[in-house]
Amino acid sequence: MSSLKQYIDLFKESRSTIEAHSTEVMNSLRDKAINSLISGKLPAKGDENYEITDLNETYAPDYGVNINRYDFGADTANAFRCDVPNMSTWLYFSFNDTYHSSRTASISMPDGVVIGSFNRLAKQYGKLISTYYGKLAPIENTQVALNTLLAQDGLFIYIPKNTSLEKPLQLVNILNATIPVMVNRRILIVLEENAHAKMLACDHTQSQETDFLNTQVIEVYAGKNSSFDFYDLEESGERTHRISSMWVRQEEGSNVLINGITLVNGHTRNDYSIDVVGENAETHLYGMAIAGNEQHIDNHTEINHNVGHCTSNELFKYILEDRSRGAFCGRIKVAPNAPRIEAYQGNRNICMSPEAKMYSKPQLEIYTDDVKCSHGSTIGQLDQDAIFYMQARGISKQEARMLLMQAFMADVISTVRMDSLKDRLRHLVDKRLYGKLALCQQCGSDCHDIVNNIEQ
Amino acid sequence: MRYDTKVCLYVETELQDDEMKSSEDKEKNKKKENEEIIQNAANSDYKYGFVTDIDMHIIPKGLNEDVIRYISQTKNEPEWMLDFRLNAYRYWLTLKVPTWAHLDIPEIDFQDISYFAAPKQKEGPKSLDEVDPEVRKTFDKLGISLEEQMRLSGIAVDAVMDSVSVKTTYKERLAELGVIFCSISEAIKDYPDLVKKYLGSVVNYRDNFYAALNSAVFSDGSFVYIPKGVRCPMELSTYFRINAKDTGQFERTLIVADDDAYVSYLEGCTAPMRDENQLHAAIVEIIVEDRAEVKYSTVQNWYPGDKDGKGGIYNFVTKRGLCRGDFSKLSWTQVETGSAITWKYPSCILQGDNSVGEFYSVAVTNNHQQADTGTKMIHMGKNTRSTIVSKGISAGLSQNSYRGLVKVLPKAANSRNFTQCDSLLLTDTCGAHTFPYIDVQNDTSVVEHEATTSKINEEQIFYCNQRGISTEDAIGLIVNGYAKEVMAKLPMEFAFEAQKLLSISLEGSVG
Repeated sequence: MSSLKQYIDLFKESRSTIEAHSTEVMNSLRDKAINSLISGKLPAKGDENYEITDLNETYAPDYGVNINRYDFGADTANAFRCDVPNMSTWLYFSFNDTYHSSRTASISMPDGVVIGSFNRLAKQYGKLISTYYGKLAPIENTQVALNTLLAQDGLFIYIPKNTSLEKPLQLVNILNATIPVMVNRRILIVLEENAHAKMLACDHTQSQETDFLNTQVIEVYAGKNSSFDFYDLEESGERTHRISSMWVRQEEGSNVLINGITLVNGHTRNDYSIDVVGENAETHLYGMAIAGNEQHIDNHTEINHNVGHCTSNELFKYILEDRSRGAFCGRIKVAPNAPRIEAYQGNRNICMSPEAKMYSKPQLEIYTDDVKCSHGSTIGQLDQDAIFYMQARGISKQEARMLLMQAFMADVISTVRMDSLKDRLRHLVDKRLYGKLALCQQCGSDCHDIVNNIEQ
Repeated sequence: MRYDTKVCLYVETELQDDEMKSSEDKEKNKKKENEEIIQNAANSDYKYGFVTDIDMHIIPKGLNEDVIRYISQTKNEPEWMLDFRLNAYRYWLTLKVPTWAHLDIPEIDFQDISYFAAPKQKEGPKSLDEVDPEVRKTFDKLGISLEEQMRLSGIAVDAVMDSVSVKTTYKERLAELGVIFCSISEAIKDYPDLVKKYLGSVVNYRDNFYAALNSAVFSDGSFVYIPKGVRCPMELSTYFRINAKDTGQFERTLIVADDDAYVSYLEGCTAPMRDENQLHAAIVEIIVEDRAEVKYSTVQNWYPGDKDGKGGIYNFVTKRGLCRGDFSKLSWTQVETGSAITWKYPSCILQGDNSVGEFYSVAVTNNHQQADTGTKMIHMGKNTRSTIVSKGISAGLSQNSYRGLVKVLPKAANSRNFTQCDSLLLTDTCGAHTFPYIDVQNDTSVVEHEATTSKINEEQIFYCNQRGISTEDAIGLIVNGYAKEVMAKLPMEFAFEAQKLLSISLEGSVG
């Protein structure tokens, strides 16, 4: 039976409540969303792109949705488990799917920059938001439609023309509840011509004993000659299901870097869809995952080169332990009449246990001739000779394996364009490889004070 | 073509005696070949488009149980065979036409096809003289005249012409060794136990839509059995040719190599020019037992349709081999230049420990041709190895896709796969796509895949132009160089034909 019905029913019953706690912009798309859901179905096994991740199954359990916007009473002091200290950022939070900003958030922000939740900004910037909201993420896509149907708030980030943010933005997403909860997040990012920004989003799950379904839709407009870095770090929990999709549109001369890092998760499906519509644009799409136990990580990427003279670079790396499952599906599409495209796509994986499974589908679809496109995919193990070499020099086998794994992940980390984050990520990966949960208390820095600055 | 065959075979014979002399000859031949390519360049129409005018035995269009009973009855088949067909047909009725391939297939009316066509001959000919002169003329035009084959080669030819085997040569010599090489209809009559044991064991009728259709209506094909310890002394070869208008051809090939056996099997296709599309849905099944080796080579040159995409053959084939025994080996080599639509994935199931699977492919598409081809390597046994080398060449308005699966099951410890698939694009209107699927389910196997897509190198063309080589010939040279890795895997007599085919297929592709 389709799991969709319960969501459609929920919406029909409580449409007025949902809309009352939301904004006009978001409400305006709900009709389209419900129509799309009534005629659609959740992709399941047997659907080409969902062979490994069965969404029908993911959406099947009975999750609570906080449509009345009750305060879950998030423990703010303990909530913020930031793993990136020594990095000065403009900080924002989401507790489940309500958005907050820290007191320092707007200090020294350049003029014209608009950042905040839809609900707070609706009055002043409603028109601006509605120009962009829901235009990139296709409503025909069931997971987008579901998110559009049920999301009640979102984060809006607007960087005006010729503005560059000197500090990165940081969004800390925290999941906390005592009953199974479905969380619908929405982020809309707009960079006008020649705007520059960097952003780090971290996912944390506080209540490890609770089931979560975290759906997320991110839309990014990168204007002419703009640059945008997006680092998406997931350190959730084994009982967290994350269904995330990111839709990016790149104008002429824009430079977008996305790095999706999955260190601790339960069941994750990330979709990245990038439409390059202007010439001389650069796309960097990277990702890595370290998975153990029963963890499941499925990354789908699609880069559409609609015009010529662009480059794209893609690299995803996985280390799979225990009974974890990893999947990667990448597609590079070069349209007819899009000459001089250079596109590279790489996927490298290590299976560390006999029960770990990896599914890789690197794909190229090329409709013109003047291109340089290539892809490579490998699935293998650590180099036994290298381990032996190190053992012969007095390094224990365990340590040698760690060194090799760290080195394996090094080239994904090296793509990060923020030094402090790069160092921190290295540290986090090390910790993860040594089997420790990356807890804030262990990192030794004094970032807890920031928590007191959180605006309630 | 006739001349060429003679020459290549001559070269092969010479090789054994005197390698030096032979290589000189080879060079001369190459020159001649190049001259021929240039001559042919002017005439870029389909070379093999002629229709043989012989009496055909065709049943009315349409498919139902009666048609299947009729086919079975006409071929004097036993009861179990009819049941096999009927089961397949009933299952086929429950299926829908698959649409997952990267192909644009016009709707096929399966009731608008005649499912059986056979040349009218009551008994098989005992000597070459008894073969219908028209049929022999056809083969002469194709350059595979049976006389020449008999005199010069040592290749036994089981010529399948619209479904019924008309002539089998060198049967006696093979019989001495215990090798069975006959049409599948004969095999059903003469070796029912073997056929019963192996038919459908690799490609079940439930496998896919076209496999079910083929199992229901297959008309004829080849059966090969190599007994234990026998190394087949000659290359076995079958030339298929669709001859009657509007008749689908559904061959069925079954090859069994028993323990320690070896066989190299060649399949080649050319088809006459037709306006209406024709369906070709064959099944090839191969079983390789302990330490045995099978090499299967194909040159496929069905009619690809004209420049505007009108006509042409639909080639939807299920080819699969089972490496059942330990240390067994199966090698597929294919050169695909023809057909309007090609949809095939010659596969290896590596069940035996230490078994080896290989796949070498060159696929050329031009004008409006479409190809979605590749392979599947299923690693089941320990220490199994597979290699995939696929070269795609697209020109004109064609679409050329590589689709391949490498699957390593949990028990396939220490297996190894290497895949390389390259695409070469000749025009800015064609497409080249790569869809690999890699599933690894253990921690001791190593799988590698790499692919590149690029344009034909303009500097190389310019270099050739400077030296007086026309652009068309330059492309022929470059493409042949590009595909050399695969061509080298073909048996000699095929390699020459295939090289020429590559150049011919790309004629007129340069703007």
